Amino acid sequence: MSARRRQALLWLAQRASAAVLAACVVVHLATMIVAVRGGLSAAEILARTRGSLAWTAFYGAFVVAVAIHAPIGLRTILAESTGGHRRALDIAVGAFALLLLAAGLRAVFAVTVG
Amino acid sequence: MTTLSVRVWRGGPGENGGRFETHAVPRLPAQTVLDVVTHIQRRIDPTLAYRFACRVGMCGSCAMTVNGRARWTCRTHVQAVAGDGALEIAPLAHFPVIRDLVTDMRGFFDKWAQAKGEFVPTATRSDSFARIEPAGKTRRAVDAAIECIGCGICHASCDVVGWNAGYLGPAALNRAWTLVNDPRDGGRATRLAAVAGDAGCHACHTHQSCTERCPKRLAPTASIAGLKRAAALAALKGQIA
Repeated sequence: MSARRRQALLWLAQRASAAVLAACVVVHLATMIVAVRGGLSAAEILARTRGSLAWTAFYGAFVVAVAIHAPIGLRTILAESTGGHRRALDIAVGAFALLLLAAGLRAVFAVTVG
Repeated sequence: MTTLSVRVWRGGPGENGGRFETHAVPRLPAQTVLDVVTHIQRRIDPTLAYRFACRVGMCGSCAMTVNGRARWTCRTHVQAVAGDGALEIAPLAHFPVIRDLVTDMRGFFDKWAQAKGEFVPTATRSDSFARIEPAGKTRRAVDAAIECIGCGICHASCDVVGWNAGYLGPAALNRAWTLVNDPRDGGRATRLAAVAGDAGCHACHTHQSCTERCPKRLAPTASIAGLKRAAALAALKGQIA
């Protein structure tokens, strides 16, 4: 795959993941506000999220979207500010994507499976 | 008669290549910035180098940085930019300076060529005229972008051009967009491949300085956004190798 095609597809992936994030952030914020204003304790929240396929799917999608979106943006910022080697940059942000994905999925696992 | 205090860039590029010289120029009614530059060259210092041709906003050759902002000097009234009687006139940003206010436009137009800004015909002289619906979506997209005269103001105003030397820039990309929307053109796939990626349309940050400052009131930002979508779709379909 040529560099130009990869870069065009990265742009598309960032746009698509942004659309997912826009919805996820709204739902996440609304859920937090409702839970806090409703006076739910941590244990009560966990009782609702544990074993819930819907919350697992929702936060799983949220984490995947973050792991796609953030590293692509970071790649652009680093490329423009350092002008460094694109190959090294791609490897570095790829590693950052995996880190975000692992940390995020671990958190999702903690609140939905335990 | 009141006078203007005019700082004019003399010499080559950068801090070490030149300096600003200050001249007192008589303030006249309906005076343009180009009138001021011309006065300096003809009455004060004949060695001042600058470029102009039509004086009426058609040729695009007199663009300079006026009080920190790229403008056509022929269509900029002194009254509009120097209310306090002070003018600073410098060569266009992001262009190599040849001397004084004259910049080298070759790299700028090379980027038009890199963006495949030339029409690729698909018909021969024996074919009949192409029938283009004037109200059609693609024709309207071309109409919105076609009036560019290549003055370089968008290029000089673009932040991305400033920090990414390889970036094709708003003018070249705007030109490519007019051709992408031309159903008579046969170079679409090659052109989309040429404008995709980190040195092409996908590098645009949508700051909209080009759109804000285009004297022709074009919207290169919108053209680039169209290219981003078209090029990404082409990449998805495997039309960009």
